[in-house]
Amino acid sequence: MAKMHVSTTVNGEPTEFLCEPQQTILDVLRDELRLTGSKEGCSTGDCGACSVTMDGRLVCSCLVLGAEAEGHEIETIEGMADGDTLHPLQQKFLERAALQCGICTPGFLIAAKSLLERNPNPSETEVRYWLAGNLCRCTGYDKIIRAVLECAADMRGASA
Amino acid sequence: MNALTYESPGSLDEAVKMLAVANGDAKLLAGGTDLLVQLRMGMIQPKLIIDIKKIPELSGIKEENGGYRVGASVSGAVVGEHAGMVGAWPGVVEALELIGSTQIQGRATMGGNLCNGSPAADAVPAMIAADALCTIVGPNGRREAKVEDIITGPGKTSLANGEIVIDFFFPARPANSGDAYLRFIPRTEMDIAVVGAGVSLTLDDAGVCTAARVALGAVAPTQLVLEDGAAALIGSKLDGAAMEKLDAAARAACRPITDKRGTIEYRIKVAGVLARRAAKIAQQRAEG
Amino acid sequence: MTMTSETKDYKWVGTSPVRPDGNDKVTGRAMFGADLMLPGMLVGKVLRSPHAHATIKSIDTSKAEALPGVKAVITSDDVEDMESAWVAAGELQLNYRDLSYNVMANGKVLYDGHAVAAVAATSSAIANAALDLIDVDYEVLPHVIDVEEALEPDAPILHDDMFTEGVTPTPDKPSNVFKEFDIALGDVEAGFAKADLIIERKFKSAPVHQGYLEPHAAVASFGEDGQAELWCCTQGHFSVRAYCAKLLGMDIADLRVTASEIGGGFGGKTTVYLEPVALMLSRKAGKPVRAVMTREDVFRASGPTSGATSWVKVGVTNDGKIVAGEAIFKYQAGAFAGSPIGPGCMCAYAPYDIENVKVKGYDVVTNRPKVAAYRAPGAPISEHAVESVLDEISKKLGMDPIELREKNAAREGTQAAYGPKFGPIGFADTLAAAKAHPHYSAPLGPNQGRGVASGFWFNIGGSSSATVNVNEDGTLALATGSPDIGGSRASMAIMAAETLGIDATDVRPIVADTASIAYTFLTGGSRVTFATGMAVIEASKKIALELRERAAKTWDISVDAVVWEDGKATPAGANAGEFEPLSLADLAAKMNQTGGPISTAVSLNAEGAGPGFGTHICDVEVDRETGAVKILRYTAVQDCGQAIHKAYVEGQIQGGAVQGIGWALNEEYIYNDEGRLENAGFLDYRIPVASDLPMIDTVIVEVANPNHPYGVRGVGEVPIIPPMGTVANAIDSAIGIRMTELPMSPPKVLAALDNGS
Repeated sequence: MAKMHVSTTVNGEPTEFLCEPQQTILDVLRDELRLTGSKEGCSTGDCGACSVTMDGRLVCSCLVLGAEAEGHEIETIEGMADGDTLHPLQQKFLERAALQCGICTPGFLIAAKSLLERNPNPSETEVRYWLAGNLCRCTGYDKIIRAVLECAADMRGASA
Repeated sequence: MNALTYESPGSLDEAVKMLAVANGDAKLLAGGTDLLVQLRMGMIQPKLIIDIKKIPELSGIKEENGGYRVGASVSGAVVGEHAGMVGAWPGVVEALELIGSTQIQGRATMGGNLCNGSPAADAVPAMIAADALCTIVGPNGRREAKVEDIITGPGKTSLANGEIVIDFFFPARPANSGDAYLRFIPRTEMDIAVVGAGVSLTLDDAGVCTAARVALGAVAPTQLVLEDGAAALIGSKLDGAAMEKLDAAARAACRPITDKRGTIEYRIKVAGVLARRAAKIAQQRAEG
Repeated sequence: MTMTSETKDYKWVGTSPVRPDGNDKVTGRAMFGADLMLPGMLVGKVLRSPHAHATIKSIDTSKAEALPGVKAVITSDDVEDMESAWVAAGELQLNYRDLSYNVMANGKVLYDGHAVAAVAATSSAIANAALDLIDVDYEVLPHVIDVEEALEPDAPILHDDMFTEGVTPTPDKPSNVFKEFDIALGDVEAGFAKADLIIERKFKSAPVHQGYLEPHAAVASFGEDGQAELWCCTQGHFSVRAYCAKLLGMDIADLRVTASEIGGGFGGKTTVYLEPVALMLSRKAGKPVRAVMTREDVFRASGPTSGATSWVKVGVTNDGKIVAGEAIFKYQAGAFAGSPIGPGCMCAYAPYDIENVKVKGYDVVTNRPKVAAYRAPGAPISEHAVESVLDEISKKLGMDPIELREKNAAREGTQAAYGPKFGPIGFADTLAAAKAHPHYSAPLGPNQGRGVASGFWFNIGGSSSATVNVNEDGTLALATGSPDIGGSRASMAIMAAETLGIDATDVRPIVADTASIAYTFLTGGSRVTFATGMAVIEASKKIALELRERAAKTWDISVDAVVWEDGKATPAGANAGEFEPLSLADLAAKMNQTGGPISTAVSLNAEGAGPGFGTHICDVEVDRETGAVKILRYTAVQDCGQAIHKAYVEGQIQGGAVQGIGWALNEEYIYNDEGRLENAGFLDYRIPVASDLPMIDTVIVEVANPNHPYGVRGVGEVPIIPPMGTVANAIDSAIGIRMTELPMSPPKVLAALDNGS
């Protein structure tokens, strides 16, 4: 099986990789590019632990073939902090204990960031429905939702 | 070992040719939210995956004669951001947007949802209620078909070998029209529809229904067009008696199965409930 | 909200500092089970039985072995023969022969998903292809997956050598009942004779999975010299070491196990599945092997908790006093013996002071995956049944459900039916706090109802070890052997800091591997903050003593004349001498000159774990036309002893409550007529999603456990116990229907409404 050569951008960096046609972006990120921050919880798009953005659009990386990334921009959890400065969401998750085991956390952060970029003032219901595709078994979601709402308020205040 | 290859043609002609040459061993890839799962599970073993997202005719939403032509590989998220579609066909948009999660929305398409052929596909009852047409291109040229004529059974479509659905046409809306889609799922998100109901209707100035289409999903091997249901609404103001008739028509038409998502009795009952509720929402939208 | 029984002035205990492992978890740096890559690493995959019950007539692996890229293939031929022997393992018991047969089927497969063979290959695609090339010749046998059907005289028998224990005389025919379990106190016949009201009900619950988001994963590296290293996500790396060494016939010292960060366990990662397989593959291939379960494998082949049928009969006098409680519980163990029937029976009536109790339990095998521990194993099932009946009683008597429980609540000195007399406990405090909470008196609308239920769990102590090493700059390196599943590293740092009077940010806690710290029992039983915390506190106290000795040496005075206070050594009084206090940093800087590095190691077996109680309140709204139940509001009150890290204690309560809500409403294993699992994924195994829930309000009641220096009680398990009863009672309040089958999914609720039952 001949491998495909793909040119893409990952976290702002031009990136090339080889992959088999059936490999997903998640497989490529984890096994070829050694970016293991995106997690495989189910490989069927039901848990959101593999969430990344593709051209700014929130997607499950387990449902995108590596080959489909050609010419596109992928952003993963590894690109969320700015140098050594955590993104306000990352900081807020830490301060508000919005994580326990942490396996779902990268997916939630990517998904929440995507939400706040589109809707800087979401209601609790809007946050819950936007994040419905991110499963968490440890927290019962409470502290995650609170962290997102609080961070949204902080970010609105900071830009006001 | 499966020698799978991947191609992403840039033109419709190329795609049609590739599909013809593959002679049944190829699968079309739009959003991939069904295809990749089936591939991973070993449910399908294609030799070729043809990515159709680079083909211009399948991307984009255009206004046409007061209606909208939506490319088959436009994602749910993009359709949901299109003010025109949202304003004219909120039922179709909400149906499409109910598929999966926000992440799934970033990829899932009307074309994929239809051509995957699931009787429980969320977008389809609303598209049928909207009387949507699809454009199909294949080795024998171009043709149009009603969306309701595409799915013929679980996982099966009426498409001939080598045919590709390239877009969907939603006609111009008369004044005082509204549509709605409801589905029943055990949680609030992330489940496959146990029952789906799509209603589209038009009222006159006195609030009397002059036109209606009702479609049900997940209660038969294909989506059901409810002629009796529509008849129950037409000529009425969607009063209690009309709602009862609609409920009865929905229940009578169902031929569901018992599976891990619902029982026969449950689906029949809820089909009636959702048909009524969807009709009411459509009415509110038509009045508003 | 926190209510404390005594006021304590702690600097760090009770606060919520950022967890030390937090940064890595929010940046994706943290390494979980599947994240480790070693040079030359192969991919390991497991072939699993498609049959619920079958004899393996033959396995032909020759074509798989011949496939280029395949480096090793194993079957049960590669596994050591095990004697049948039971050992303690957390809150359950373990049989090594059963364990080895579960890890790799031996002669017979006992459930859909049972491991039959495994391969290691140079890529995922090749490994999968190799699995397809393994020919297994099965003779399919009749199967049984329902616990009542398994008890029928003509039921298919899973194990020819299963002769029920706990029965006299021992049966002469094998059955599917591994053992019967009995608890008795007083005389229930006499008790019921005194009752004014008796209610008896049957309940049924389905198996549910712990639902951790991280599938099982292990990386094994076996050297030609017989020494091996293993990296895996586990709640107990010492247990993994013991089990793997036994299954591979190795000396324990030859196996070094590192616990990766773990993406959830809840009890399900206290046993082994892939770990011995990865080791065996690595040994055969001569290369490291990584094995990861797919989500489908996790559901098909890793232990859920039991499904069960329960029968409960409770008698009360008109004033609400419980005069007798009886129950029969039948728990599924899955394919091998060992359901949590013991704890289930013990906990059923434990929250209450009842003179006459009789509980009988059956541990029943069925053709399903072997059950594993799941958060308070056994208790949620039995207590759901009892709490439902108590609710019915309170409604029949016209008595407030909290008041009914208050009337019968176990308190300090109460004799529990399962054995001990309770020390100081906070059950009554949780009831009072629930009653006083604004939730309890908030108004309700149409089709809405409120439910209350309580729960009890023993919590355990056990063996733990800790080391504290002073760094040259006065910061501390703290190591324990407890994998961190809930934020315990933060709590360990807090306890060390509090004991030594220093900043928690100067304490760097890690989880050490099995070669680097002394034996530590697994993370489970809500024991870590209690038992490992105790070891940390002891170690910190020893460090404080050593620091006093170094100061004494520096000042040339007796150690008795030195105190350690607020992170400094100071002369005990004016007589001791006029010396400036010495900080940890001061003493550390000179430690090599005053006697050498300052360090200590403590191992202990912690006793005196404090039992935990919780009381939950839930409001639901029922859609009468669809049977859908919406959770409107949820409040969980729990006695947590002294909460060390407040936010993490809240998090445990919220997480456990939501698992219980899932169990109550939608989670269940669905099998077809062939005994194959139909919902082996998160699409149709329906755990709660964010939009299903409101905020989960928590109230922490703090009745200190006198057996711990900081009053710690285990916290993690209690919160999963009340929710099923709470939600069932709320549904009954909303629509007047007593649901007795879990999950209370919409089709069931609608059917009950239609039948007017």
